Amino acid sequence: MNSAWSWALLPILVVVLGFALRQHPARVVLLATLSAAVVSGMRWDEFLSALGESFLKARYLLVFVLALPVVAQVEAFGLRELARRLIGRWRGVRSGRLLIGYLAIRQLSAALGLTSLGGHAQMVRPLVAPMAEAADEKTLGELSDAQREDVRAMSAATDNVGLFFGEDVFIAFGAVLLMQAFLAENAIELSPIHIALWGLPTAFLAFVIHATRLLWRDRRRSAAL
Amino acid sequence: MSVSALTPLYLLLGLFFASVGLRAWRDSSSPARMARTAFFALLALLFLVGDWMPAVVAGVLVLLIALIAGFGLPSGYVASRIPARTHEAPSTRLLWPILAVPLVTILLSLAFARLQFDGRALFTVQSGPLYALAIACVIAVFMAVRLTQDHASAAIRRGGDLLETIGWAAFLPLLLAVLGTMFSKAGVGTALANVIGAWLPMESRLVALLAYGLGMALLTMAMGNAFAAFPVIAGGIALPYLVNVHGADPAPLVAIGMLCGYCGTLMTPMAANFNLVPVALLELKDRNAVIRAQIPTAIPLLAGNCLLLALLCFR
Repeated sequence: MNSAWSWALLPILVVVLGFALRQHPARVVLLATLSAAVVSGMRWDEFLSALGESFLKARYLLVFVLALPVVAQVEAFGLRELARRLIGRWRGVRSGRLLIGYLAIRQLSAALGLTSLGGHAQMVRPLVAPMAEAADEKTLGELSDAQREDVRAMSAATDNVGLFFGEDVFIAFGAVLLMQAFLAENAIELSPIHIALWGLPTAFLAFVIHATRLLWRDRRRSAAL
Repeated sequence: MSVSALTPLYLLLGLFFASVGLRAWRDSSSPARMARTAFFALLALLFLVGDWMPAVVAGVLVLLIALIAGFGLPSGYVASRIPARTHEAPSTRLLWPILAVPLVTILLSLAFARLQFDGRALFTVQSGPLYALAIACVIAVFMAVRLTQDHASAAIRRGGDLLETIGWAAFLPLLLAVLGTMFSKAGVGTALANVIGAWLPMESRLVALLAYGLGMALLTMAMGNAFAAFPVIAGGIALPYLVNVHGADPAPLVAIGMLCGYCGTLMTPMAANFNLVPVALLELKDRNAVIRAQIPTAIPLLAGNCLLLALLCFR
């Protein structure tokens, strides 16, 4: 074994192997956490306090579940049917082109710092995915399980791509400030706008690549008819 | 531990989890009743009294929740116990509450950023948008309940059922945040940067550039978070080799390097809130469906990022 090997790499190995073997994510993460604790030589009480402390600090990640009652309530009263009807009136609609529109809105609003305009619980499940699904039903007729799964997954993917490659252009975004602070620590002084502007070429490229895929998807479906 | 700026939000969430747990317990006919009850009861406890409990006790509870999530909770459990009242022609007004959530969130976060009390900002950069989202959700629930002429309790019960459908996936982002902390305590990232630096011929500009871009993507995939990977890879590869040895321009180097990490985020189950929570929310069968939909965008984009690094950092 090379001298650069360190036992600190063991937790990464656990994560990679666990997911490659398609184990339950909660078990993989639990085992990786335990192996990281063993590698760093923590005592059991240190381990438990680190576990508790970092969990309590990360609780804000669950605030999105407060959107679930609204979503569930309007769904029970027919929001999905409504999405289907709105799409039904729209002539020549295609799921790909619909998702390109959503991608543009998501990316532009995130670039302006409005990252809450979207999200999987608030927008994708109640609105974006049912509309894209309805558009596909209009062109393809009754969808197979695989087709339904595909258009839903693509809706979620479009939300992620739009968010990731939009928010990084916003100067007050955490990543930009993190990079600025990192460079400042290493005696390189730059303003946030100077860093954020270098995110533009990638933002543009991300839009082009993802939109091309969506257009191509539309074309394949029209050709298949 | 003591009261934090977000404690009122955690109390609200804790009450919601407690109501889900209580309903799971009362529902004697459904599968895995004890596991579901215990899962949500423990989660409620951590949210309601977490700020006042010793960290070791919280750690024990987290360990229990993780064990229940991994071994006790049924996956793919779909609760639909409240009959859905679907109308023949649902009104367009049903859109209002859904659109109110993002719009009110944006308006409130803009307002909260300016709100001051005694010359001090009332909300922090982190807490402002979170409170805005929570208040927007509460307003939207009341709108939805009025529109549907229903009881608020019915909306909360339906929301609870939806939360049970997401199940352990909703809790995974928290567990991954814990793992991220443990990774940095164990020095995982630094060890990886050392291995890359020791095994690759970094005197070559191209090798160093690829090691940086691909290293950002790979470490992000392992840690599930580009923010955690950035200081390690930028400090271990970008500064010592690309800036100091090869004279790269630091501004595009860090900006595009971070975005290489984002390409990694698109490809890893470790980024649970982006890649696994929607799988549960959209009731998909394949756990990797969202990741598979993202890989054909992520790989060309990563290649494009490496090209941009080469073009823009050495002009």
